[in-house]
Amino acid sequence: MRSLDDLLADVPLFEGLAPGRLSLLAGCAHNVHFEAGEQLFRKGDQADTFYVVRHGGVALETFVPAGGSIVIETLGAEEVVGWSWLFPPYRWHFDGRALDTVRATAFDAACLRRKCDDDPALGYELMGRFAQVVIDRLQSTRLRLLDIYGRGDDR
Amino acid sequence: MATIAEEPRLGALTPLPARVADRIRETGDTWTLELEVEAGAAPVIAPGQFMMVYAFGIGEVPISVSGPPNRPGPVVLTVRDVGAVSGAICRSEPGAVLGLRGPFGNAWPVDEAAGGDVVVVAGGIGLAPLRPVVLRAIERRNDYGSVSLLYGARTPDDLLYPVEREAWRDEIAVEVTVDAAGGDWTGRVGVVPKLVDAAEFRPETTTAFVCGPEIMMHFTVEALLARGVPAERIMLSMERDMRCGVGLCGHCQLGPTLICRDGPVYSFADLAPWLEVREL
Amino acid sequence: MPGGLSAGGMGGVTSPTDSPTAEIETDTAVMLPAALERLVVSLRARGYRVLGPTVRDGAIVYDDLGSAAELPIGWTDHQDAGSYRLERRPDEARFGYAVGPHSWKRYLFPPRVHLWRASRDGGVSSVEEEPLDESPFAFVGVRPCELRAIEIQDRVFVGGRYVDRDYAARREGAFVVAVNCFEPAGTCFCTSMGTGPKARSGYDLALTELLDGEHRFLVEVGSERGAEVLAELTPRPAVAADVTAAAASVDSAAQRMGRTMDTRDVRDLLMSNLDHSRWNDVAERCLSCGNCTLACPTCFCSAVEDTTDLAGDAERWRVWDTCFSVDYSYIHGGSIRPSGASRYRQWMTHKLGTWFDQFGSSGCVGCGRCITWCPVGIDITEEVAAIRATQGEDNALA
Repeated sequence: MRSLDDLLADVPLFEGLAPGRLSLLAGCAHNVHFEAGEQLFRKGDQADTFYVVRHGGVALETFVPAGGSIVIETLGAEEVVGWSWLFPPYRWHFDGRALDTVRATAFDAACLRRKCDDDPALGYELMGRFAQVVIDRLQSTRLRLLDIYGRGDDR
Repeated sequence: MATIAEEPRLGALTPLPARVADRIRETGDTWTLELEVEAGAAPVIAPGQFMMVYAFGIGEVPISVSGPPNRPGPVVLTVRDVGAVSGAICRSEPGAVLGLRGPFGNAWPVDEAAGGDVVVVAGGIGLAPLRPVVLRAIERRNDYGSVSLLYGARTPDDLLYPVEREAWRDEIAVEVTVDAAGGDWTGRVGVVPKLVDAAEFRPETTTAFVCGPEIMMHFTVEALLARGVPAERIMLSMERDMRCGVGLCGHCQLGPTLICRDGPVYSFADLAPWLEVREL
Repeated sequence: MPGGLSAGGMGGVTSPTDSPTAEIETDTAVMLPAALERLVVSLRARGYRVLGPTVRDGAIVYDDLGSAAELPIGWTDHQDAGSYRLERRPDEARFGYAVGPHSWKRYLFPPRVHLWRASRDGGVSSVEEEPLDESPFAFVGVRPCELRAIEIQDRVFVGGRYVDRDYAARREGAFVVAVNCFEPAGTCFCTSMGTGPKARSGYDLALTELLDGEHRFLVEVGSERGAEVLAELTPRPAVAADVTAAAASVDSAAQRMGRTMDTRDVRDLLMSNLDHSRWNDVAERCLSCGNCTLACPTCFCSAVEDTTDLAGDAERWRVWDTCFSVDYSYIHGGSIRPSGASRYRQWMTHKLGTWFDQFGSSGCVGCGRCITWCPVGIDITEEVAAIRATQGEDNALA
């Protein structure tokens, strides 16, 4: 069974982080498990965790009155779920639901925020990496906004 | 290779009558038709080639052939209703007669990709011209290393060939995503280029075959290049306005190339400088 | 061989011998203006439809030629950017002008051609092609730049994998009487494009009109049937003086071109300046009217019209099209080139640049029609010069 440190070293989000820093992060992490259909978090909840998925898929959803739950995006292995923990007011922006059996590493947000306050350089490092996650999600969303598969005559 | 265009008694500009033998509804706006040419030999069509399809009295449009390649047989076309002509073609029932010219254009280099990995990336109706690539790769499965199909559409209802795709999973990796879905979809939601990041292939030996809306191809190419696939082995199928399909009317120009004559299949390396110029 | 002619070979005048009056034993002869009538009659007798220049509506246009009297006798043209007018000459020159708004493409590649007819018979369609035009053309008065333009269109229509059968049929057997230029116009630049002012090949007969002293024509034979037709016109042998005069006439014309274009590396120049601010500049002037594409002798773009009639039959017609129309580049979702700047750029970079990639030569012959017939006087030679002078200026198209 590999240590948490070793597992984290393989995660793209943490690529290139110094081993010392990885250990710091591992100190705030533990493994979790969700059954298919289980709710990980709801919009508006305190964002006191973020996840790195190891196995399975998580659906980010939003509830639309008279429309039901619409899936905004699905996230799979090695992807990060949650960046709301890093930005006030630290509340989830969407619902999160396990699509199938999910194994993930959960990170305690309060623990990590304290470590970032103590070590601003670590904070800067994490901020940069999560900014990239948000950028990627934004680009992805913008591409869907273009409705590229549409007929074009209703643009 | 027999082609309708080379049928000696008619020129390349005159359609041959072809009867609709079968018609399947694929999605809300897309149908697959099988056409039998009335006279003369059934054409042998290379993967990626297209036919000019005529709807009586209405007009003619280029449609990529979506059926099994390199053997004589009915002409298989997957058509999306986006206008007067394509709509008329989609509404043609078995027994109706359409006009065909072709096949025209060059081919996806599927056979040339032998010895390496294959990644097929399709967006929306772009899966139709790539289906011959998938069929050919499965037919010659042992010539290739890993073979993956990465496919995306707008919603689950817009996904083509669902039954066939399940069967393909026995031979190749198939990953599907949609732009938006309701609660009963348990698959991926997200854009197609993202599938490239996680797909299993060795970039140095991979040939990628990409088809879909031009923006989707743009971001997919970026993702493939980021993985290290050489630009010369990223193949695209381009689309421009076509009237004649045989290099005589000038409409399908993209900079120095005539898409009906030199394409529609190009390597990204050849096209890159021209794709960057707006409104070219 | 006194008074004799040898046929065969293409064009070319050998060096004059020492004596100006010694007879030249080449494919050359001299004929008087009256012989032009015999030329028209002889061609018609051989079954040709004779077409040539004539004055109509204030311009020299191409039309059916009933007789040589219909030629633009004693007329010349004054051309400049956006300007064309005819003026009387002091002499009776038959071909004392440059080119008019028409080009020979109106016959070889007509504005409207019926391609085929399809009918529905109890559910079965049959498609019949239009029988191809049978009577061969005789073009009288083809300028050297126009010969090159015809060659360029030959490459497009019959030089590729798929042949345009209609063009091929019209082109086959067309008899060409070329006329070398002695009166270039203000918008001519054939010397820059290497297409004139003298015809080198591609004709059955080539005439150089000489007005010094005796009004006569030096005739060069370019083919066997050209020689046969010439023999019916009872020409007299050419002497060295005739040949010298013709050469001088051509040289003089070459010195009096109204425009020039520096064509060095023009393809690369344009294709590496696709984002140049000049395109926006010309777009502010260009009306996208497409006159240039109509007048240009090499523009070949076409569209199709599919129609039905009350009897239930369908027809397809091929019609001229222009890359200046917004529709031209339409695919579902919109046009690829919605802006005027991108459409002007398409026309000019195709004509002078990507034509090389697609067909192995320039698409421009330096006839100047696009300059003359542009309602706002856009000058393709000026546009090239402007980009050449400021190349590398990158401003993305607005």
